[in-house]
Amino acid sequence: MLIINDLNVHYGGIHALRGISIDVPDNKIVSLIGANGAGKSTTLRSIMGIVKSTSGEIIYKDNDISKSKTKDIVEHGLALVPEGRRIFPDLTVVENLTLGAYWRKDKQGIQKDMNWVFELFPILKEREWQKAGTMSGGEQQMLAVGRALMTKPQLLAMDEPSLGLAPLIVKDIFNIIKEIHSQGVTILLVEQNAKAALEISDYGYVLETGSVALEGEGKKLLNDDQVRKAYLGEAI
Amino acid sequence: MEIKEFLQHLVNGISLGSLYALLAIGYTLVYGILRLINFAHGDIFMISTYAGFYLMSSAILPWWIAFLLAIILTCILGILVEKAAYRPLRDAPRISLLISSIGMSYLIENLAIVFFGGRPKTFPIPAIFDRIITIGSVKIPTLSFIIPVITIIILAILLHIVHNTKTGMAMRAVSTDYEAARLMAIDVNKIITFTFAVGSTLAAVGGIMWGMKYPSLIPLMGVMPGIKCFIAAVVGGIGNIRGAVLGGFILGLGEIMLVAFMPALSGYRDAFAFILLIFILLAKPTGLMGKNLAEKV
Repeated sequence: MLIINDLNVHYGGIHALRGISIDVPDNKIVSLIGANGAGKSTTLRSIMGIVKSTSGEIIYKDNDISKSKTKDIVEHGLALVPEGRRIFPDLTVVENLTLGAYWRKDKQGIQKDMNWVFELFPILKEREWQKAGTMSGGEQQMLAVGRALMTKPQLLAMDEPSLGLAPLIVKDIFNIIKEIHSQGVTILLVEQNAKAALEISDYGYVLETGSVALEGEGKKLLNDDQVRKAYLGEAI
Repeated sequence: MEIKEFLQHLVNGISLGSLYALLAIGYTLVYGILRLINFAHGDIFMISTYAGFYLMSSAILPWWIAFLLAIILTCILGILVEKAAYRPLRDAPRISLLISSIGMSYLIENLAIVFFGGRPKTFPIPAIFDRIITIGSVKIPTLSFIIPVITIIILAILLHIVHNTKTGMAMRAVSTDYEAARLMAIDVNKIITFTFAVGSTLAAVGGIMWGMKYPSLIPLMGVMPGIKCFIAAVVGGIGNIRGAVLGGFILGLGEIMLVAFMPALSGYRDAFAFILLIFILLAKPTGLMGKNLAEKV
C-alpha cells in the first residue's frame, strides 16, 4: 500500500533520514521504533508532505506522493495523528471532528463516521460541546485520533500516541488501535513504547540515526536479543 | 452641558467608534492568522476612499454601484498585497514579515501621492446620505445613524462566518496551528487569502463611510486612523474580533467625549489613543478581552 524507497531528508544542515526503505502492506499494522532523533517522526512527516524529502520515493497505491501537497495526500486517504496531539484547543470537540472531515462532501458518510468515532470514544460524545483545550491529555489524544479518522483514511499514521499518558489509558489507546485496524484501516505506528507497539504489530522497523538498523515480524523483533537490550530495557 | 448636546456627541462618538471598529477588525484578523501587524492596512483603507471618489466623480455610475465597485477593488488590492508582500515570506522570521508590511505601506502611500496628487480631494456625498434628521431639538446627520447600523450588520455577518461556517472554523484552526490545519486537508494559503479579503472589505466599507463623514481625502489619510485602529485592536485584545470592536468604540467615544467635555484639550485629540495604549499595556498587556499569549511582537 505504501512503499518508501531510499528516502533522504535534510533539515537545514542535518541529514535526518539516510536512505530509509519501508514497506507498509495493505491492512497490516507496522511499527517504527527507535530512540529519540532516530528519524521516526521525520519519516511520518515526510510521508504527509510536511517535510520535503531531498531524494527517494514515497509510493502510495502506485503513485509517487513525495512531491505532493499535504492537502492532496490527505485526500488520497493518508492521515497522521501528530506528536503532541495538536488538537485545536479553542474549538469544541465537535468542531475539531468536523474539521477532520473538512475536504469531504458526503454528509451522510461524515455523520456515520462521527457516530463511529463517538462509539470508539464515548467520552468524546459526553464532551461534545466542550472546548478541546479544557480536556485531559488522554481525552485530547482520543480526540486527535478521532479527528484523523474523520478524514476517512485508508492508512493511519500515528506519532507516539501513548506519550505522556497514564498506563491505564495507554492500554486503552492500544486497544483502540487494534479496533481501528479491524475496521480495515492500515496502521503505521511510531512508538517509544516498543513492547506495546511490537505486540500488536505485524511487522516492525528499528530506526537508528536516520536509517533502518533492523526489521522483521513484530513477534520476532520482540524476542530479538539486540532489541530487548536496547529498546525494551531488559537484561539478558 | 445640555442633554441635547450630549446626545449629539454620543451619536457622533458611536459613529466614529463604528468606523474604528471596522478598521480594527482587519488588524485583529490578520494578526490572528499570520501573527503580523499589517501596517499596510491603513493605506488599503485610504485606497478605498480614493476608489470611491474616482468612481463617484465619473458620474456615470449610480452611487451604490460605485461604492460596491470601490469595495471590490479594495478587496482585490488586499489580496494582492498578501500575495506579493507576505506569501513569499511564509517561512521567514516574523520580523521580515513586519518589515515587508511597513515597506508595503510606504509603497502604497507614495504611489497614491504620484497618481492621486497631494492636494486634498473632496469626497462626493450622494444626496441620500446628506440629510439631517431632527428629533425634538437634536439635529443628527443621517450618516450618523447609517454608519452604526451598517457596522452592526457587517459584524453580525462576520461573526456568523467565523463561528458557524466551515470556512470560519478553518480560519480559527489555521490561526492556532498551521501544520495541524494542513493535516485536515485545509489549504492554509486559501484561508489566509480569505482572511485578507474579509479584512480589506471591512476596511473599504469603513473607508467609504469615512469619506462621507470626513470628505477631505489626502494620500496619507490612512496613517493616523490606521495607527489608532491598531491601538483599538490591542486595547481590545489583538486576535479577538469582539475585542477589536470594543476597542474601536472605546477609542471613538473617548476621543469625541474628550473634545466635548474638555474643549481646551481638543488639540490633544489624537494623543488620547496613545495614552490609552500606554495605560492598557501597563495594566493589562493582553488587552481587555485578550488571552495570555506566549509571545508578541
